[in-house]
Amino acid sequence: MLKQHPEKRIHNFNEVTLGYSVEQAITEASRCLQCPDHPCVKGCPVGINILAFIKCVKEGDFDKAIAIVKERNSLPAMTGRVCPWENQCEAACILDKVGEPVAIGRLERFVADHELKKGYEMPKIANPTGHKVAVVGSGPAGLTAAADLAKLGHSVVIFEALHTPGGVLSYGIPEFRLPKNIVKAEVSYVEKLGVSIKTNIVIGKLITVDELLEQGFDAVFIASGAGAPNFLNLPGENLCGIYSANEFLTRSNLMKAYAFPEYDTPIKVGKKVAVIGGGNVAVDAARTALRLGADEVYIVYRRSEKEMPARIEEIDNAREEGVKFRFLTNPVRFQGDEKGWVKQMECIRMKLGEPDESGRRKPTSIKGSEFSMNVDTVVVAIGQKPNPLVPRTTKGLQITRWGTIVVDEKSGKTIKDRVWAGGDIVSGAATVIEAMGMGKRAAKSIHEYLTTP
Amino acid sequence: MQKKHGKPKIITKDELASGVKSFRIHAPLIAAKAKPGQFVIIRIDERGERIPITIVDSDSEEGTLTLIVQEVGKTTKKLGRMREDEEIADLVGPLGNPSEIENFGQVVVIGGGVGVTAAYEEAKALKKAGNRVISIIGARNKDLLFFEQEMRQVSDELNITTDDGTRGRKGFVTDVLKDLIDQRRHIDLVFAVGPTIMMKIVSKITEPHGIRTIVSLNPIMLDGTGMCGACRVRIGGQTKFTCVDGPDFDGHLVDFDELMTRQRMYLKEEKLALQMYENNVR
Repeated sequence: MLKQHPEKRIHNFNEVTLGYSVEQAITEASRCLQCPDHPCVKGCPVGINILAFIKCVKEGDFDKAIAIVKERNSLPAMTGRVCPWENQCEAACILDKVGEPVAIGRLERFVADHELKKGYEMPKIANPTGHKVAVVGSGPAGLTAAADLAKLGHSVVIFEALHTPGGVLSYGIPEFRLPKNIVKAEVSYVEKLGVSIKTNIVIGKLITVDELLEQGFDAVFIASGAGAPNFLNLPGENLCGIYSANEFLTRSNLMKAYAFPEYDTPIKVGKKVAVIGGGNVAVDAARTALRLGADEVYIVYRRSEKEMPARIEEIDNAREEGVKFRFLTNPVRFQGDEKGWVKQMECIRMKLGEPDESGRRKPTSIKGSEFSMNVDTVVVAIGQKPNPLVPRTTKGLQITRWGTIVVDEKSGKTIKDRVWAGGDIVSGAATVIEAMGMGKRAAKSIHEYLTTP
Repeated sequence: MQKKHGKPKIITKDELASGVKSFRIHAPLIAAKAKPGQFVIIRIDERGERIPITIVDSDSEEGTLTLIVQEVGKTTKKLGRMREDEEIADLVGPLGNPSEIENFGQVVVIGGGVGVTAAYEEAKALKKAGNRVISIIGARNKDLLFFEQEMRQVSDELNITTDDGTRGRKGFVTDVLKDLIDQRRHIDLVFAVGPTIMMKIVSKITEPHGIRTIVSLNPIMLDGTGMCGACRVRIGGQTKFTCVDGPDFDGHLVDFDELMTRQRMYLKEEKLALQMYENNVR
């Protein structure tokens, strides 16, 4: 799979991975054994008919291939870029046992990009049912639920708090992994299905979920996401130059601070950057910091590389680009200069013990192993939690101690009448595709509820 | 027939003082819900930044909001040059928690600089709730002073200060506050809004006397909905987000020095952006 050369790509925000050519796609598709029991389909959170679409690619019928993908997945140009295939469809692929699995993700991207170039083929929309559904949040869960409900003939309105739809697809994932013109195109596909997206409306401040139900919506799907940052709560964490990953990435991705001063939102990146965390968000932040001109960028993670939740492919990309890693290290405090800017991060070394409740080995600090790192920028990327605005202002929901909304696993229904929920607001911060899976599940249940007398 | 969800439009624009403009903006949904103390986040065009502005007044019948802006940097100057009938790219609100309005008794409302607009909203609501309102407003000089009539209408006593003495008493709003305390006037609550240093000094003055003091903080913001932590402030040793936990806080618990440091974080970029904008406009 071709990529921009590391030395070149750290100076731009262009997409790192380049797509297949027609020949490459057909060659790769021909490797598929068309297994009768299709383990790959079982491995896909939205159940795409993988071997069927791959067969079409092999035969050169790309239009039919994308139509098959779109039966289950409304946002393939995005999942074809950010899905962790290595844990899902490709991990289930038989060829994975003997070598390289079929590159299902790359092929999905190939057919999605083919359609983007050609122009969308609109699916059949069912006759209008007369029912209205409100969706809170235009991230992957909200967009997917809205698309499925619209195809079934329901009238759907998505309410989005920010000024651009997409949720993490717009503000969280960098341009070089997921170009925003792709996000825009996929969002406009959802709008073409008949979905109305109203931006700059904060449900929980301007209108509450209860008011939506009173105002004539027959059902509400809450997909407001995990849009609240976790901080370390360490001394000095409010010094200038210390960002939450949400702020750092929103400035760069959504507000295009990498193009300041052509775009008005600034972002500060010094010479020595430390990113705390080991997930995809941390890796994204580190690679963004490099592109913004840092001399040295360190990912500082309290466990070892083996436990990093980030995609291996992106960790490799980061390493190629020159990101350095400090494993088994945790910050303890931040020290600033006389102007209030962070200048040092005191750290402690960690060791791994028995697995904790997440199944990963629990890190504990090694007494007396403190050391200092000179840093002038820090990005805290230790996870996001559910934004509390909607849970706090919606009566009758069951909320866990982590702030997530409790739902029935099969239907996504909450205990509140006519209200469903899905995506990170239910699971805590997870992946785009898992959110989409929950969006599909809820759409199915909402449709059944609306059409059952 | 479905009404189109249009962009917020500037209905009227007035100059209140040198470099201070008042806008009435058509935003019916926000106007219907806005309460004193809340703010909006505004983005004037596609490349613009998101900035918070206090909602000074809202008319739910007309469906309009009144926002008052002091032109200090590129965004506020650009906004200052917009004309009636022009559209704002993005406007979101009402954000923040409404001010706590009760009949406290006798209250002192202090507005410094452009903070007088938020002070006016607060004084109006407190007066309506039955409080006796002593107001203090201050500006650098008489050209920068505004809202005097409006404040007079909602106050039982109005004190005016200018740094240079060109209007009212020469000195600072805090001088008047000190006098009120020295005169042993009965004060149940002080509400102060203005430059951060002013709110810090007000809080330092009232603290030894145990007078409850509420300040309205104005850190840098990005989303305004609790998503990013840009507006985080230390209150009583704990980190809070101004956009969802504030903007009003107990002045005696605020780490004002940390706030002022964080407000200076982008001074270099702000200066550069303004310079480039002014050069282009010429």
